[in-house]
Formats: sequence, structure tokens, C-alpha cells
Amino acid sequence: MTGRERIAQAFAGHGRSAALMPYLMSGFPSHEASIEAVKAAVDAGADLIELGVPFSDPLADGPVIQAAGTAALEAGATPMRALDVCRSVGEQLPVVLMVYANVVAAAGPELYAQRAAAAGAAGLIVPDLPHDEAAPVREACDAEGLALAPLVAPTSTSGRVEEVGADARGFVYAVSLTGTTGERAELPPGLAQTVAGVRAATELPVAVGFGISRPEQARAVSELADGVIVGSRVVRAAEEGGAEAVRDLVSELASALA
Amino acid sequence: MSAAVERRFGPYGGRYVPETLIPALDELEREWAAARADPQFKAELDTLLSDYAGRPTPLYRAPRLSEEVGATVLLKREDLLHTGAHKVTNALGQVLLARRMGKSRVIAETGAGQHGVASATACALLDLECVVYMGTEDMRRQRTNVERMKLLGAEVAPVDAGARTLKEAVSAAIRDWVANVATTHYVIGSAVGPAPYPALVRDLQRVIGDEARAQVLELCGRLPDRVIACVGGGSNAIGTFTAFLDDEQVELIGVEAAGEGLQGRRHSAPLATGARGILHGALSAVLQDEQGQILEAHSVSAGLDYPGSGPEHAFLRDEERVRYVAVEDAAALAAFRRTAELEGILPALEPAHAIAWLLSQPGSGGLELLTLSGRGDKDLAEVLSLSE
Repeated sequence: MTGRERIAQAFAGHGRSAALMPYLMSGFPSHEASIEAVKAAVDAGADLIELGVPFSDPLADGPVIQAAGTAALEAGATPMRALDVCRSVGEQLPVVLMVYANVVAAAGPELYAQRAAAAGAAGLIVPDLPHDEAAPVREACDAEGLALAPLVAPTSTSGRVEEVGADARGFVYAVSLTGTTGERAELPPGLAQTVAGVRAATELPVAVGFGISRPEQARAVSELADGVIVGSRVVRAAEEGGAEAVRDLVSELASALA
Repeated sequence: MSAAVERRFGPYGGRYVPETLIPALDELEREWAAARADPQFKAELDTLLSDYAGRPTPLYRAPRLSEEVGATVLLKREDLLHTGAHKVTNALGQVLLARRMGKSRVIAETGAGQHGVASATACALLDLECVVYMGTEDMRRQRTNVERMKLLGAEVAPVDAGARTLKEAVSAAIRDWVANVATTHYVIGSAVGPAPYPALVRDLQRVIGDEARAQVLELCGRLPDRVIACVGGGSNAIGTFTAFLDDEQVELIGVEAAGEGLQGRRHSAPLATGARGILHGALSAVLQDEQGQILEAHSVSAGLDYPGSGPEHAFLRDEERVRYVAVEDAAALAAFRRTAELEGILPALEPAHAIAWLLSQPGSGGLELLTLSGRGDKDLAEVLSLSE
């Protein structure tokens, strides 16, 4: 089965109100600890995993994920070792790598896609590769059966959402808010409208991320979308309480989506 | 001026930014295409540049430097502009554009503080809110400029990530812009970043070369043999070179910072050494490791201490229209002192690299035009502490 097919299956067969996709930073707080944290998230009921590949200049990330990436790099993490973290759970559920464009460009899109597929990844999210620049990476992913899942933002015009939707693979990542990743007290008021706009532009599942941290927020998003992505809160749990805290948090989020 | 605003220079440039910013970049591209063709906008900017900032700047025949080098050396005196460097030309143009676009808030990044001061100055003049991102290490090294920005009414936002210098300040400014894009214009300080910034900054700074080309023809009756400028992100260099690109007989030299030497990693010379990479929204020459992590740059000059370069420079390098060379810290410091002794001018450490390169090439006997992009008062403490 290709990565794209595995993603489709994960969105179709989760039996919840929406698929749960926790984000974890590979190599944070250490290589071994990140493998433990990812395994804990899988055990606790994650349907897919979004796995961060640490990068020196993560423009789309807020303070928590930015600091986690910096700490991972200082602890010796590299994009190649991130693939080992992917490999540790890649057979159990679809892993989508969140990787910045220069890491893909440095290897070359074809070689990067081959390596990711060999490590059991199901797809890529490249947050600084907007639709206009994405074709070479999308073609390289297609050749390996990987999904290049595109992002749309609340600022995206309807014409642009249509273009993005037409070329999407796997799922569409709807960015909930105008800003970087990080926990927020409230869900943004225009979220239903953003999701409805994306849904009109694609047959693929729509997953929502950025600013979702609490179970009740996850539940509210699951009423609008097919997938819920929780990032900074999970990374914070990995930092503060290790794999056990990740297990507890993901269980709680999974129950909220029951 | 009816041509499109370029998004690419050969393979370089592009818009490698979060999707959230794409509509703002589209808007900026449209607004700039309209503004630069609008006689009223041009008239307002020209008046500010002449009456407020001090354009045109003189082209000065430097007699004692000429004697030392064994050539006729002409200095384009951008150091005489208001706020002390070429940066104010870009800041005034972009802040005027921000007002035209109806933005109430301006953000900027700064390394040495020159672009931050220029942006704060333009915002004071045009009455816009201004936030300047600056690494805490640079804030420590450039305390006077921090105080200047505050006096001008700007908020200086400290950036405490990474090496706490220019690269992190740019990243922090881009993150702010992602979150506040509806109300905010990001005034980028060099010919870097996602399209349309490299073209926008070049369009605003090309007045340097346009003036210099007319001045050298007036003064000497011919074009120079060589045109020399320092390159960090590369705004004064692209601003100088653009007017001469079609003059095939004029050799163009971009001088990067070799820091402690090109053989190690302690330098800021991506054009002279660097692989192709993506930094701050553009594909260009970038200092990076083999897996794509951006490396910290090093230069004694804060304004050149940046691991990337403008995408048009990467293109001009590949086309072999511009030759990029690099000068080490020690040679730049020596040129700083020598220029003071010979001409009574304290150059900024950035153009001191260009002067150092010229001093290393004596006896050409030709006509050399060099852009003195800023004055060196800001560098005095750094130079004195390194000389101890």
C-alpha cells in the first residue's frame, strides 16, 4: 500500500468524530526520548503522526516548536536521524513528515522522497513551500507514493484555495489562524468558514491545525473537520513529562474525539 | 518602468514562505508595480530623498586614496545621507508605500542598527507605528542605535534565539508579519527575502548607480573601468550595479566578508563559496551544511554578518556579469584606519571591505568607482576594542 493509500485509510477508518494527528519533534528532547514519545502517542490512540524534522530557521513555528527544534539540533539531531524516528512507528500508522523546504532542497526532492518512503513515511508537509513552488516536490512524492499535503490559510483567497485543492494529495492542512504554531485560549472565530472553503475545493479529508491544545477545542474542531492536529501542547508534554505525559495527553484528546 | 516586478532571477528568488503570506506578497507586488509607475508617488519620494535625506550624494574624487592605490578612485558618498547610510533610501520608499497601501504598522529587522534607525526615522516622519526586531547580541554591541530608535518612537523587540543576530531578527520579523499581515507592512532592509522584495529594494536603491553613472560621465567624460561595492544581503551593491549592467566594458566587483578566512566556517561569503539554498523566502547562495541547516555567518562587520545573499546577486554571479570576491576582517579593519588617515573619512566597516579589496589591487592606473555605503561612527567602539 502506498503512503497516500495509508493516509486515506487512516482518515476513513478511525471510528471517531475526526482523526487525531499529534505532532512531535524528532530528536527532542533527545533522539531516544523522541522515539519513546512517538510510540506513546501511537499507543494512546493517535491515528496519524505528524513528525517534525528540526530545522535551523523554522519560519512557520511559534516559540514552543521553534525552541524544541533548536534543542533537538543542539542535542545532535539531523534530518537523517529524524527518518530513524519515523521508521520506529512507520509500519503501525501513517507518519507525515513536517519538513522545511531547504532540507528537502539540500538532498534534492527525488532523493529526499526516496529516503522518506524507505523510512516508512506516508507523506510530507512543507510549511514554507506554497502552491506556486511545490511542483518539483509534489512530483517527487508522487513517484514514491507519498502525499504532499498542502496548507491553506485564513488569508488564502477562494481562487487560491481552489488551485491548492486541485493539486492536493493525502489531505489538506487548514491552518486555523493567521499566525505561527502555538497554543491559544480560544479557537479563531472564522474557523468554520475557513474549513467550509477548503471542503468546497477538495474531495480529500481536511485536517485543522495551529492553536489547538485542549480536549474541548479538539472536540469542537472535530465537528467541522476530518482531522485534528495538536502540536505545541504535545511537544510541551514531551518536554515537561516525557513519554508518560504524551501518553496521558493523547489519551485525553482521543477520548474527546470518541 | 512598465515591466513586471520580477519573481525570479534565473533559477533564484521565488516565494518560499508560509501560505498565510502569499496574498500579502501578491498585494505588495501589485501595489509596487502601480506605485513605481505613478508620477505622484515618484514626486513625493523624490522630494523626500532630496530635501530630507540629502540626495543626490556626491561622487568624490579621493586624491590621496587614488595615489595609494595607483588609480583614480571615485567614492559614491552614501555615508553623507541622513542617518548615515544608503539604508534610508529604501526605508523612505517602503514606508511611503506602506502608507499608500493603508497599513498602520511597520515592522523591520536590523543587525547593526542602520536599517532599524532608517525605518524608525521614516516612520517618525510619516507617522506610522514602528517595531524593529533586533538580536540581543546586536543590541549589546550597538546600544547607541537602540537608543536612537527608541528616541525616534520605535519599539525595539529583542530576539533571543540562535546566535541572537541578524538572521534570527529576520525570522522573528517574518513570524510577526505572518500573524499581523492585515495591518502591517514588513520593511525588509536588504535585497533579500521572498519576491517581490529583492526587486522592490533594487528598484529603490538603483538611484545610487543611476546618479553615479551620470556623475562619472560628467566628471571624467567616460565610464569607470571598475565599479566596486560590498555585499551582505547586497542592497547597496545591486543599487550600484544595476545602472552599469548593460555597460559591458565596466567590470563589476562585489566584495563579501571573508571573516577569519574562507577555508573555515567563520565567514560571511555565500556568493564566493556557498551552495544553493533557501533562506528567508528565497532560493539563493546560502551558507549551509550538507543536510540543509543554515549556518551562522561571521564578520567583524554586523551589516555583512548574514549567511544569505540577494537572489539577483546569485544570478549575476552565475552569469559571470559580476565577480564576487571576499576580504578578511583584518584587512577591512586596516582599510577603515587607512581611509581615515588618507581622506579624513571614517567608512563603515561594510564598505571598508570594498576599500580593502581595492587597496589589495594596486597600480591598475584605471578609473575605479566605489560605493561608500555608510559612515563608520557606529563602528568606532568595535574597531577600538579590537585594536587593543
